Amino acid sequence: MLNISGDYIYQSIIQAPIYHLLLEGILFMWVIWLLKRKKINPTEEQPLSAKEQQQIIDHFEPKPLIYNGDSRDEGVEGDESSEIDWGTIDGPAGKYIEIDGTKYLNLATHNYLGFVEEPSILDETERCIRQYGVGSCGPRGFYGTVDVHLELEEAIAKFLNLEETALYAYSFAAISSAIPSYAKRGDVIFADEHVNFAIQRGLIASRSEIRYFKHNDVEDLTRLLNLQRKADLQNPVKAKAIRRFCVVEGIYSKTGLICPLKEISELCLEFKVRLFVDESISFGAIGQTGRGITEYLNVPRENIDFISGSLEQGLGAFGGFIVGSSYVVDHQRISGLGYCFSASLPPMLAGAGIQALKLIESNPQLIQELQNNCEYMDRKLRSLSVFTISGHPLSPVKHMSLKKSFGSRKTDKLLLKEIAFHVRENAKIAVVMPAYLEKEEKTLLPPSIRIAVNRLLKDNEMDDVVTALKEAANVVLSKPDLPDYDEPKSQN
Amino acid sequence: MTRLDGSNHYCRNGIIPAAVNKIPNIITKVEEQKNPMKLVEEEVEACSLTDALFAYLYLTVLFIVGYANDFFRPQAFQESNRVGYHTLYASFESFYTRHVFRRIRDAWNIPICGVPGKYCTIKDRVTHDNGWTFEFTGKKIDCINMGSYNYLGFAENTGPCAEASSMSVRQSGITTASTRAELGNASYIVELDRLVARFVGVDDALTCAMGFATNSLNLPCILDDECLVISDEKNHASIILGLRTSGATIRVFKHNNMRSLEKRLREGVIYGRPKTHAPWQKIFIVVEGVYSMEGTIVRLPEIIDLKRKYKAYLYVDEAHSIGAVGPHGRGVCDYWGVDPRQVDILMGTFTKSFGSAGGYIAGTKDFIGMLRKRSHAQTYGGPMSAPVAEQIMSSMKIIMGESGSGEGVRRIRQLARNSRYFRQKLKQLRFVVYGNDDSPVIPVRVNMISKLTYCVREMRKAGVAVVGVGFPATPILEGKIRFCMSASHTKEMLDHVLHAFAEVGDDILLRVSTNMPSAEEIVYSDVEVHEKIQ
Repeated sequence: MLNISGDYIYQSIIQAPIYHLLLEGILFMWVIWLLKRKKINPTEEQPLSAKEQQQIIDHFEPKPLIYNGDSRDEGVEGDESSEIDWGTIDGPAGKYIEIDGTKYLNLATHNYLGFVEEPSILDETERCIRQYGVGSCGPRGFYGTVDVHLELEEAIAKFLNLEETALYAYSFAAISSAIPSYAKRGDVIFADEHVNFAIQRGLIASRSEIRYFKHNDVEDLTRLLNLQRKADLQNPVKAKAIRRFCVVEGIYSKTGLICPLKEISELCLEFKVRLFVDESISFGAIGQTGRGITEYLNVPRENIDFISGSLEQGLGAFGGFIVGSSYVVDHQRISGLGYCFSASLPPMLAGAGIQALKLIESNPQLIQELQNNCEYMDRKLRSLSVFTISGHPLSPVKHMSLKKSFGSRKTDKLLLKEIAFHVRENAKIAVVMPAYLEKEEKTLLPPSIRIAVNRLLKDNEMDDVVTALKEAANVVLSKPDLPDYDEPKSQN
Repeated sequence: MTRLDGSNHYCRNGIIPAAVNKIPNIITKVEEQKNPMKLVEEEVEACSLTDALFAYLYLTVLFIVGYANDFFRPQAFQESNRVGYHTLYASFESFYTRHVFRRIRDAWNIPICGVPGKYCTIKDRVTHDNGWTFEFTGKKIDCINMGSYNYLGFAENTGPCAEASSMSVRQSGITTASTRAELGNASYIVELDRLVARFVGVDDALTCAMGFATNSLNLPCILDDECLVISDEKNHASIILGLRTSGATIRVFKHNNMRSLEKRLREGVIYGRPKTHAPWQKIFIVVEGVYSMEGTIVRLPEIIDLKRKYKAYLYVDEAHSIGAVGPHGRGVCDYWGVDPRQVDILMGTFTKSFGSAGGYIAGTKDFIGMLRKRSHAQTYGGPMSAPVAEQIMSSMKIIMGESGSGEGVRRIRQLARNSRYFRQKLKQLRFVVYGNDDSPVIPVRVNMISKLTYCVREMRKAGVAVVGVGFPATPILEGKIRFCMSASHTKEMLDHVLHAFAEVGDDILLRVSTNMPSAEEIVYSDVEVHEKIQ
């Protein structure tokens, strides 16, 4: 066979015309050249020599650690209001607050129920120090669960008539850990555009898709839900994998308004969206017996997947919590980062929380007193002509912003600051402007002075506050060097 | 002595660099020139094949039983009023919790009543439904506490710290009900900031009410999407959360492995950002001082050299090292004899050594000034509670020797002696011990979670409270029992624990180390600590 084929090849070469052979020879050489030639691909990386690498390392100049401008600064209006130095406080910030050595009537801190100086809470704290020491010296998993933690968890759950509570050492960590423990990449979260910063951080950490609806706008939420439903119908396979959540606040800290929870919870039931409610302000402040927004609006609590709350404000203790059904909350104990990987709440502060809750439970008139004050203050504040008041009448948080802007956000802020300090100096009343990291907030509201109402205020004291604010506004806003009212408004 | 290329660490036993990468479980023995006494022996033996096989077999059986269970009783774990909703949990996560973790749940979240000091009182509980629910029996069990982070023994309900803390409750209340950027900047917090800066040895410090939040809320203010972060693979969850939410690009290097770190640094500097190759604006190295699950101590001098070489910034989380290591209790910088100013950002917590709660970030005046304005915790979170801050200040002053007694030094030395003694003894008993000889966290390898649970249960019966860490928190083969040393432990207590653990170890074949320690009797009072301290 070999011979024959060899012979055949030989024959064909001999018989072939010379031009044919030449052509084949050239073609053959060309293929070799194509294969052998060095490829030059402009998009491909050239390996760097050791010398070149060293050069790059030598020339690398990092930016300084303290920056004066970064990507966050570009295209964002506003500056850092936290730069305002409101002073250093001494002693407990109760009805009166001592700032840099002088006493002022306190309308700045969130002491709604006046529990900051409540002797029985402080007594309980001291007793717990004698029993448990200060720190818990470990996370909940590793001998950091003390009986008072369990007691407080049970008390909160019982107070709200829910199954289970997870206690956090810091109220900021509660909701910001809880959201990402359920919502993951690919899930959809519907959130109110004015949710507080802790929720915003939770939303970022979840890496889910966030759809913001207009503040307290049920129709806008319905529109978004319908859009989602449409998308689901188009892609039913994907729709099966997506979990949906809705996050709202009971009373919004940024606006003082109450959330239309009834409508939202019904929508959530209809569209099978899980609902999380942050009651940092409303827990212990609203509702006939202080059980929060669900009690006030008469929404069944089992329609809500979890409620988060703070013990640091109205309750005058420390820490935060997530409360809901066992099915939902138990998961926190394994996957809530701020729960699992953090030392637990110091036992004495949990003890204080138990005592505070007992007080609310046995004295519902405390809530009534607070609400009377809130309503009274609301009425009085609304009589001021230069300010726009934002806040539900029963909300202990009220924002006062300038009715007409004086040019820019910056000017407004300076004016409000001046008013706040004028009130402080002349009427011995402490009020503050809420601090925001304006470059990182999702939405910016007009600058405001925030009034935090508490139960201990008397009617005449609230009258004084309003008079002082009126006077201060008169003095500050009538300065000759101010720009006119009619100047074009800023983008805000 | 062989010098490894590129970095400046030395191989004592002559392993060539290429081989280092191929043997994952062996970390080269390193000698630091500045501290010739400190040998970092962080060698861990590989798990034997039989152990590995059984560990996997165990999980497989549990999984099969679990799936069978789910198949025959699909309605066993369902929500009542959420019909038609999407399942809340990823299926594996939920499966693992129900069928694996549930069975061994009693070894975690053990409630105590009383001080988590040298002893702790465990509230006894039983389960009648295989771990779904627990009931308290009303019995209380006193145990030697080897589980709490109470390094210097400041978890006390009597004594000067508790006294000071209790005083402050009336003086300042327990909450300011305001953020620090508004009217919550209490004078005790200002004082605490200054004291911490002085203790750490830098210009300024900023404190935060929660240790976890110190990392997770401040890292996003330090980093942005123009930064590259090179992070140790064993970094704590709070760091990881902070890094993730910061938007920075994260690259991970092998635990405490300087070659891996240098490789990542080189890549970062030379190749810049993916796609565009524009240089990073800043490169950060993020490490911990003492790793709480590994018991290792960070190789700080080498990292500082690398940081200088590649012009990176260094962030050290001293959660477990501040107070607990170093001849003066000032953390890893003190331990390695490094000036703390060479580390750009020092972070730490007060939960462990100071028996309190919260954390700090310390650095230069300008840096902390910037952070004060930008920190999420400052602007949106309340400051630390007054009694918590008071506990930190009083215990810190004792450690610094400013209380007038030698109590601080005594505690630091006692802790160091306890750690070394306990470790050496464990090694002599042929347990597989992780980490650095000077670290107060002592993990022992137990492999699989059933052994882990057995250990925790049996040790509790013997009157010792220990902590177990297993899958999924660690790789499947690296389940660990962890002992946390405390200055309040006495030699007798340690001996009791060692005796009990040796028995448990015999039961379940834990004493399998192939290293041959010397048979010489270890005498507690002869254990050498902190040679330089007077």
